[in-house]
Amino acid sequence: MSFFDKLVGSAKEKCKKCGHEDTLSNLELHDYICSECGFYYRLDARARIKLTVDKNSFQELEKGLISKDFLNFPNYQEKLERTRKETEEEDAVVCGTATIADLNCAVFVMNSKFIMASMGSVVGEKITRLFEYATEHELPVIGFTASGGARMQEGVISLMQMAKVSGAVKNHSNAGLLYITVLTDPTTGGVTASFAMQGDIILAEPKALVGFAGRRVVEQTTKSQLPDNFQKAEFLLEHGFVDAIVPRPELRDTLAKLLEMHKREA
Amino acid sequence: MDSYQKLKTARKNGRPTGGAYVAELFDFPIEFHGDRRFGDDLAIMGGLAFLDDKPVTFIAMEKGTDLESRVKRNFGCPKPEGYRKALRLMKQAEKFHRPVICFVDTLGAYPGADAEERGQGQAIAESIMEMMGLKTPVISVIIGEGGSGGALALASANKVLILEHAVYSVISPEGCASILWKESTPENVAKAADCLHITAQDMKKFEVAEEIIPEDFEHFPQMCGNMKKILISALEELSALSEEEILQQRYQRFRKFGIFEEKKAGLFRKK
Repeated sequence: MSFFDKLVGSAKEKCKKCGHEDTLSNLELHDYICSECGFYYRLDARARIKLTVDKNSFQELEKGLISKDFLNFPNYQEKLERTRKETEEEDAVVCGTATIADLNCAVFVMNSKFIMASMGSVVGEKITRLFEYATEHELPVIGFTASGGARMQEGVISLMQMAKVSGAVKNHSNAGLLYITVLTDPTTGGVTASFAMQGDIILAEPKALVGFAGRRVVEQTTKSQLPDNFQKAEFLLEHGFVDAIVPRPELRDTLAKLLEMHKREA
Repeated sequence: MDSYQKLKTARKNGRPTGGAYVAELFDFPIEFHGDRRFGDDLAIMGGLAFLDDKPVTFIAMEKGTDLESRVKRNFGCPKPEGYRKALRLMKQAEKFHRPVICFVDTLGAYPGADAEERGQGQAIAESIMEMMGLKTPVISVIIGEGGSGGALALASANKVLILEHAVYSVISPEGCASILWKESTPENVAKAADCLHITAQDMKKFEVAEEIIPEDFEHFPQMCGNMKKILISALEELSALSEEEILQQRYQRFRKFGIFEEKKAGLFRKK
């Protein structure tokens, strides 16, 4: 799409489910939900922040952390460079502080457009620092999760990020502070098996895929047909693993009310 | 041995499994069952025992030793109820101020439909988070395979030891090979094992494990005698710490992991 199209919002996006074309400006107006079939587009971190927090309130934290190909892993360096260029992001998570309905919070948003938002050293470090910052400044944390899991290109060091972040979440929790996770499509692997499932309150977007093992692996293991809604938000709700499924247009108000209910007396 | 040979060694039938270490290292082990929520997962055994006259809580992944017991123990692939049993026993250890010793040996958490239904991800997440906040010393020993999050769920410890030919990895080399090269042929798996850096020696280098324990399965009692000495001295060190110091030590142990560059200015202009 041309720069001009982007600028005036006349560029179009095609719905992955029904093929319906919407202009970007129309999509933004409707929370990136297909006007034809109701399909939820995946959001990049910036679009999510724009939809969620008060205008001009977002202050980005922990910029300048750059992933390194320290194992000389096949194609990792090229992949990093290409993805940085395509997304104009440093890595797969954006962290900062913001207000929602004038209530202060710390926010992290994972970006599935950056190597499937896999978690390596940088993602782990940024989220850990955000929790440390939030603990120190007595802020609630709202985290939008999306991830293909741990970033295998960083070997066992990426596995260690699960425990590192979990330690910071635990300290934040011990300080009596609120942590809300919003599970978005898709949240899987090591992220599901750590901070995605550690919220005091766990919300999910409708139909978001959330699971530990990949569907194909589960199919091979179980050797039987899985239900259509397997590992979907509705499936998790039914089995007791999310507090509520919140439609995207209601998410901001829901988060605002939850923050209000946990407001600390000054 | 290269990484692939180590992987095969770590998985070899006949290699001592969790239960063998429990029997050899401890006196009067008593096994406790069940997660008090759903069931009893035999892929993880846990209970109480004496280590050199001091009570400890042990938690051991057990792959089984023959076909029948392997089936019974789900080949050492725990389900959520296994992790919940382990966590229950760790909390019990905390209440009674006794240390926890975990033995890790799994290809990974079980990737079945039933495990997903009962919240495999949530069970592991809770185990890791609660271990990070446990006010009693925890030592984990990787005795065979440390397969991904399912292993870390019992290895978020103050100190991690690893056997000489054991492996620890973020993803199975088979899984990695099939993602990278579509097919997990032996050649691809060997390449993936190299790329991932999974050996005990790699773990020592990355400080993911503090100490490598020499293997000598032909003289298993002697080998365990040596291991017992290492465990006792590690516990003595940790037991001298206050609860706050135990938590701090564990937090800092994991806090340091991460290899990245830090630039003063971001790569991109502010959006």
